[in-house]
Amino acid sequence: MALKGIDIFKLTPKTNCKDCSQPTCMAFAMKVAQGVAQIEQCPHMSPDALDALSEATAPPMKAFKIGVAGGEYALGGETVLFRHDKTFVSKPLYAVCATPDAADTAIAEACKVDYERIGERMCVELIYLEYAGDKAAFAEAAKKAADSGKTLVLATDDADAAKEALSAVADAKPVLNGANPSNLDAFAALAKEYGVPLGVTADSLDALHDAVQALEKAEVKDIVIDVGAASVKSAFENAVQIRRSALKSEDRSFGYPSLVNVAKLAPGDERMQSALASLFTLKYGSIIVMEGMGYAQALPLYGLRQNIYTDPQKPMTVEVGNYPINGADENSICALTVDFALTYFIISGEVERSGVPTNLLIPDAGGYSVLTAWAAGKLSAGSIAKFIKEESIEDKIKNRNLLIPGKVAVLKGELEENLPGWNIVVAPNEAISLVKFLKEFQAAA
Amino acid sequence: MGYKKEPQVFKAKIGEVVIGAGDAAVTIGGENVWSFYSFDAPIEHKPATGIEFSDKGPDRSLPELAAFYEGAESVADIAARACTAPGADFVSLILESADPNGDNIPSEDAAAIAKEAAEAATAGGKPLVIQTTGNTDKDGELIPKIAEAAQGHNVLILAAKEENYKGIAVAAVTAYGQKIGAESAVDINLAKQLNVLIAQMGIAPGSCVMQLGNAAAGYGFEYLASTIERVKLAALTQNDDTLQMPVIIPIGSDAWAVKESLVSEEDFPEWGPREERGIEMEISTAVAALAAGANAVILRHPAAVKTVSGMVDQLM
Repeated sequence: MALKGIDIFKLTPKTNCKDCSQPTCMAFAMKVAQGVAQIEQCPHMSPDALDALSEATAPPMKAFKIGVAGGEYALGGETVLFRHDKTFVSKPLYAVCATPDAADTAIAEACKVDYERIGERMCVELIYLEYAGDKAAFAEAAKKAADSGKTLVLATDDADAAKEALSAVADAKPVLNGANPSNLDAFAALAKEYGVPLGVTADSLDALHDAVQALEKAEVKDIVIDVGAASVKSAFENAVQIRRSALKSEDRSFGYPSLVNVAKLAPGDERMQSALASLFTLKYGSIIVMEGMGYAQALPLYGLRQNIYTDPQKPMTVEVGNYPINGADENSICALTVDFALTYFIISGEVERSGVPTNLLIPDAGGYSVLTAWAAGKLSAGSIAKFIKEESIEDKIKNRNLLIPGKVAVLKGELEENLPGWNIVVAPNEAISLVKFLKEFQAAA
Repeated sequence: MGYKKEPQVFKAKIGEVVIGAGDAAVTIGGENVWSFYSFDAPIEHKPATGIEFSDKGPDRSLPELAAFYEGAESVADIAARACTAPGADFVSLILESADPNGDNIPSEDAAAIAKEAAEAATAGGKPLVIQTTGNTDKDGELIPKIAEAAQGHNVLILAAKEENYKGIAVAAVTAYGQKIGAESAVDINLAKQLNVLIAQMGIAPGSCVMQLGNAAAGYGFEYLASTIERVKLAALTQNDDTLQMPVIIPIGSDAWAVKESLVSEEDFPEWGPREERGIEMEISTAVAALAAGANAVILRHPAAVKTVSGMVDQLM
């Protein structure tokens, strides 16, 4: 939080001793406020003053990690409500529900989806294990789930059951979700004893706020707020109000990650769970619990999450290289576009639709769209020829037809000079015309 | 310190646009809060979910979709069937056969098809949204003819672009009283510019919606989401009346054209049946567009329509 220099000055010793290498305490305070100097540079600050300062300068939303190496994930730490303001920090994590008697099935379900998309591993991160009345079975299933490599959320409001499970898997740093206004003391003690983040819920936002404050008072540091499953409407309101209070109204007691159980909001309805998971991926869910996760659900959902959690200032790029499409080989034509992910996806999609085997060549074009890259000098006859050489395209591909984007038709002549032996073909201006163009080109060849 | 609720109600609001005639009329827009934030202030008109069909008929290789349209062969029958889709607030005809890159049927023939669909939609109690070819020359010629043919049905025609808005705005809105969409390519400044140009033609705000672009989840959707959010922020916080038209986002064409919805189960056995993948792609994309602030989305599959519309109802 932006603290004014004058507020910081009030906390300094006001002795102008220069030990911090600033001429006066006031000058030092101003530097700290600007973020140029660190408060620790003053050796004479009282512990009380330091506490007051760290509280005032704490981020609006707490950030912490769950799980252990291999399955360690960050939660919280968001600073903005909209991604165009600043990159969102911690991706929502998707969890699959499990009960102790069907733990194996659930673990298998959670491991079903596992693939890579633009350099990111896409899989179910968490298993949400629900207590069903048998403490030993709960603890045993927890052990099994933790051994599967997935990070664990233990869901129970029974303190004894929680204790038994925690004593088995506390090392895996699971989340314990189950605190509510009636069991706060016991759960706060458990969370502290085992050093795990604690999930808390309550019937209303007011009660939830009180409960979080009680946990804070009991010195529970890492809290997850379960938005409840009374209705879709209330879960959504809670998720929004909590995040907005934290970031806009600077209410620290709501400055924690959230948990949304869409499995409970739409039991048995896979498609509705996907809809809700998408909703909460945009609007402020930190852990999203589903009954299962198949590829049909995962492909759009993980793609959406990857999109939303990108840096708004920096375009997403694909790696430089040759992308053979429709089973293209060394005898298939080459088509070239830029490394801007959006352009790549549109073009590769149209090429796929055409069914024409094509080597899609992606040079380094600075992550810009075709015209912008050309205007910025990132896509020129020289850079394309350099790419062809560096990637040894001429050794790998025998076909000498190279399609270039219609928008840079102007490069044709120069490319013919730079790439002797190649037939430079100007493709259409718009991707929409590509299917027809490629089919006709193939037919004519 | 207790929790203090701080509702965020804006002084400005999104304009309203009515589509459809008589009992089929539906209003979109009008909100003065973020979408679905009905806890801040009541939202009078819920975001609308539409179901689209091509004049060339549904993709009958998809079993569930084929079953829904079973026995419906003519455009009128297909439109009538679409009107019965649970959760659909409006229906939408895609004039696929008018595409110059495809069958390229004459504009007169396409207009006759539009008329058939408009009559069936009104009879079925649903407004009609017509999606044209996206080819600026063809649409410039086609849209005025559609507008004339569908007179009296108060249809929404998508879309006018910067290259062809003049003729379209005058013919569709001024001459025949239809509603038009102003299409721009995922950029708040381009959207604003086109709206200003259309307003300069004397088109009242209540006759125009914005189509801010298309994207499927995973395919640059962040640009679309942020564009919608920034447009709504400007409209609501800065009272920018050049950006206060309701936003409509067609989902179907993009959602069914990405790899995830296209490749066969034989090639990707672990991905499962293609139809379910397409439905899910529509659902995630549409919900995200609505969460970002869209006032209407257009989907292709009745199962996706049912789910998205069902979620909207639960949030209202």
